[in-house]
Order: sequence, then structure tokens, then C-alpha cells
Amino acid sequence: MTAEYSKQTIIADLTAPIADIVKRYPTQRSAIMPALYLAQEKYGFIDETAYLAISEILDVPEIWVFELASFYTLYKNKNIGKCHLQICTNVPCMLRGAYDMLEHLQTRLGISQGDTSKDGLFTLSTVECIGSCDVAPAMMVNEIYHTKLSKQSINQLLDQLTQAETESLATDILSLTQNTSSANNEPLANEQPLANKQFSENTESLTKSEPTAGPES
Amino acid sequence: MSELVLLKHITHPDSTDIEFYEKNGGYQGLKKVLSDYSPGQVIETIKTSSLRGRGGAGFPTGLKWSFVPKDDGKIHYLCCNADEGEPGTFKDRLLMERDPHRVIEGMIIAAYAIQSQVAYIYIRGEYGLSIEKISQAIKAAYARGYLGKNIFGSRFCLDIYIHKGAGAYICGEETALLESIEGKRGQPKLKPPFPAVSGLYGCPTVVNNVETLACVAHIFARGVDWFTAIGPEDAPGPRLFGLSGRLQNPGIYELPMGLSLRELVFDYGGGPLTGQLKAVIPGGLSAPMIPLAGLDVKMNFADLAAADSMMGSAAVIALDETTSIPVIGRRIAEFFSHESCGKCTPCREGLHWASKILNRIESGQGRPGDLEQLQVLCGGIFNNSFCALGVGASWAIGATLKHFSHEYDALITQQTIPVRDRTRL
Repeated sequence: MTAEYSKQTIIADLTAPIADIVKRYPTQRSAIMPALYLAQEKYGFIDETAYLAISEILDVPEIWVFELASFYTLYKNKNIGKCHLQICTNVPCMLRGAYDMLEHLQTRLGISQGDTSKDGLFTLSTVECIGSCDVAPAMMVNEIYHTKLSKQSINQLLDQLTQAETESLATDILSLTQNTSSANNEPLANEQPLANKQFSENTESLTKSEPTAGPES
Repeated sequence: MSELVLLKHITHPDSTDIEFYEKNGGYQGLKKVLSDYSPGQVIETIKTSSLRGRGGAGFPTGLKWSFVPKDDGKIHYLCCNADEGEPGTFKDRLLMERDPHRVIEGMIIAAYAIQSQVAYIYIRGEYGLSIEKISQAIKAAYARGYLGKNIFGSRFCLDIYIHKGAGAYICGEETALLESIEGKRGQPKLKPPFPAVSGLYGCPTVVNNVETLACVAHIFARGVDWFTAIGPEDAPGPRLFGLSGRLQNPGIYELPMGLSLRELVFDYGGGPLTGQLKAVIPGGLSAPMIPLAGLDVKMNFADLAAADSMMGSAAVIALDETTSIPVIGRRIAEFFSHESCGKCTPCREGLHWASKILNRIESGQGRPGDLEQLQVLCGGIFNNSFCALGVGASWAIGATLKHFSHEYDALITQQTIPVRDRTRL
């Protein structure tokens, strides 16, 4: 995330890994999406500088890169907070109080949807269905799912992340927000299938699940 | 159906390990296929099984495979559609995270059937853990010789690559998915030609859903007779129903098709969270909602179609009496308007317009004639959209108008704001 960001350095950094990606496809063009991801992972965001570098590395028109970066929503053209809070507000989550949770997040963080907190720690976004509908309302923090959100579990989570940051344990934020096999296998051991025909993800790695409150009022 | 199959090992802590998978019969179906079956026999077997696609359209899988030309000298491609994005759907994520080898085995069998030597699995970008688990499974399968050159000593070779999506619902549409792998914006293409004739890079291509391919693996492990014995004759086999919304027991349920929607939401879902059930969306957000009076409809392709809805991805979203239908209608319109790829005017402009009218009604500013306007608009989008996105969206919005016009009328004539709207920002 802190790597130097200029066309020349991007070309120097990414030419070799992109060459590896190209081998998976019969055309250079197919490698643009993975190349954009590579750049985004390395620099935190991607803009014209990266588009140009990628178009040079792949020897494709810059517009081919730009049109993908602007069409697909997971590519970010500006820096976002260390913790990207992505709360689902689609119908299944909405029916379980997602908008209450969004309101709570905005109040707690003092920012609106789409904004980043002053300290650069949190960016808050609303997203469409993230496939966690049985344990709604759900939110992703970077890569990690947090489900059956309640105001209390959100407070707990934000405190934990803020603490990890203020004690300047940068790796802690990473471990709290990225997939690692061990962290995600953990909940399985505690899994208690409710009935033999059912599966419901009742546990999460970071926050404790809380039973959903009743209907919104 | 007393035995769970698709979900059998889902909660086992080692379910993603190749050793565990092999110990439980994993990759034996593939071995059988590569030693005893010609590609044509694999296709015939899947045709006999009457397996229908689990992604949304429910197209017969064997028939789809049979459209791929034989011995045409062209490269063929298999693509697994793991761009699960239909709101309410979360079954493919579960399969990839907890039983990834089943998906890989199904892919290898399908690739052999259509004689494809390169396959892609298109996983939506949000599914980080799925990508990780599938990636580990692919690596392990290579190490065991299930992927790569001369699989099980046969002459069949296959490479599988992951293509990570980047947040576009439309890429679940098969031609848009193929465009995306080609490095283009995810916009659907005109059919025909169908992908089976001219798909990825202009070559014959089959696109199958994750759960469909998992079923393929199970069919060769357990036999066609096992599969066809489950559920109705025209839609056999186990199916993952995803229950969500205002239900007591949401979750994923493996059940045969053909049970009633009522059984599904009451016997399995535990009934509504609050008071009475109002309506149920039976197959993901683009499936038109079914009001309480229609709840005895059987959950299979033909009966749901006859009830003016669809099976879709079997994602069942329940709405109870705390739910304001105009609010849901507005949210449906907003979602599809946001996800419209922009290629065709009816969908791009129409859904935006519908969403504006619905927002106006919800904020107490509805005008006489708004509902008629919406109906005309939905008809226009339904009949003129390029792909299923606009069709499904307008159909779903139309159903809220058809079954709950009284709720809209009340908002328009009394200029009130629905209770739930107070929670909206």
C-alpha cells in the first residue's frame, strides 16, 4: 500500500507478475482485470497512472483498461480507509434492519455513506447483496464477513479495530480484516446445525453473533 | 429424501481437504468417467439424469452440452459461473467455501464431456474465501494428477483458472460473463449464436453454475438412478433452497423440488418473524413475488412459471406484515437500475425512471396516474430489454403492483409515508 506510485515504478513492479497472468489466457486483453487487481492490491487504489502503465505492459489501448476500471465497481480510483466497511442494504438485509445498522454506523463514525473518516481508518460504503442473507444484516470489513449485526456488535467491532490502529499494530488490522485459512476454519468447529437439513452460518470469526432484534419500528 | 448429499460434509472441519474428500469417495466418479465413458456417453448420462441448471434459467444441462460441436477442430471452453449475485442467493458461496473439490470434480467431468482443455471459474470478487478455497483445491488437484496432463492415465488434459469478477451483477448472465473473461465490460451479447456454438474467444463454450457442476460430480459418484429418484420427474435431484428475509429459521435447506412454497417457509423456515406472512419471493430478487394466497404453489420450474413467477436460483425471501411492499418495490427498482449494464435503453433508462417514480410515491409525493405509468413502463422494459436483467427487474416490480396495488394506492391518495421508510436514510 505504501509502494511508490508512478508509471515507471508500476511498470517495473508489475511487468513480471502480469506476464505470469497472461499465460492463463489466449489474449492479452483478458489479463487486464487481474492486472488491475494486482495494481490495486499493491498501491491501494488505481487511476490514470496505473491504467497507462498496464496498457503499456499489456500493449493494449489505454481505453481498454480505463473502461474496465470504470465499469466494475470493485476497482477504486482513490485511496480508501484501512478498514472498508461495506454494509449490504439489499432486500434480505433490509428486511433484517440493515438501514438501522447503516444509520448507526454513520452516527458512530460521524461520516456519511461513501466517505472516509478523518483519521483514514474507516471508509463506509453501502453494497448490494454479498451472499450472507440467512445471517442478515451483514457487512464486510475488507474481506471478512460480519453477520447478524446489532448496534452492540458494531460498537464492539469498531472499538476493536480502532484499538488495533491506535496501538499501531498494523498487522492486527490486516489479521482482523483479511481471509486466512485458519481464522475462517475456526467457526466450523463450533457449528451447531439446527436441524439435519439445514445449514446456517451462525458464527463469525471476529464479532459475536447476536440474535437479530425484532422488526424495525 | 432423508439423506443429505450436497450438504453432507459441509460442516465437517476437514471438508475442504483433498484427503478427506478422497476418503469419502471423491474423484472416484471422475476416475470412472475417464476409464469407462466416452465424452458422448457422459453427455447421454447427464441427459438421462434430467439435471437442470441451478443458476436461474433451469436449462437441461445434458442438452446444453450436446450443442457443442463434435470434432470441429476448435478449442472448446468450459466456464463455471460462480458470479453468484442474485439477491437472496448464498448457496454457491457455501459450496465453494466448504466443498470446493466437488465443484472442481464436476468441472473436470463437464470439461471432458465437451472436450475442453481449458476451463475458467468466474468467481465474484467479493467472495474472497471462495476464491481462496477453490484456488487451494485446484492446486491440490494438480498435485494429485486430477488436473494437468493425462488425467488418470487417460489422454485427457485440463487446466483450470480462476477469473475474479469485480462487482458487476450482470456478469452472472452467461454472455456477459464470457465478455468479462475476454477483458471487456460485462455486457450481454445477442443470442444466437449461443455460447455452445460461439462463446469464449469465438469458440464453443459451456457455462454451468456451481451447484449444477456439484450435482454432476454426485451423479457420477452415486449413479443416475439415485438422482432421478429424488423429486419430480421433470426436475429431479437435490436442490439448495436459500431461505432469508422475515423468517424464524433462515438458512440453506437441501430438499427435492416439488414441495410447496408453504411447506418451505413454514415447515422449514419456521414461519414469519412477526404476525402474518404477506408475500414470498420464490427464486431470487428478479422472481416476481407470490402473495399469501398463492403459497401452495409447488416449487418447481413448471408450476412456478404457471404462477407467473420463476424458480430462479431457489432463493426464497419472505416478507411479513411489517414489510411495506412499495418500499420493497422501490428497493428492487434501485438495485436493478444500479446494476443495469447500460447497453440497452429500455433497461438503462426505464429502470432509472421506475425507481424515481417509486421513490416519489414512497416519500408521500405520489401522483394520480403514477401506477398506470409504472405499469406501462414495466411492460415496455419487459418486452424490449436486451437480456434477462431488464425482463426480471420489470417482472418483479410489476408483481408488487399487481398484488399490492392497494398499498401503493394508500400511499398516493393519503400522501403518507410507510412506517418502514422512517428507517431509511
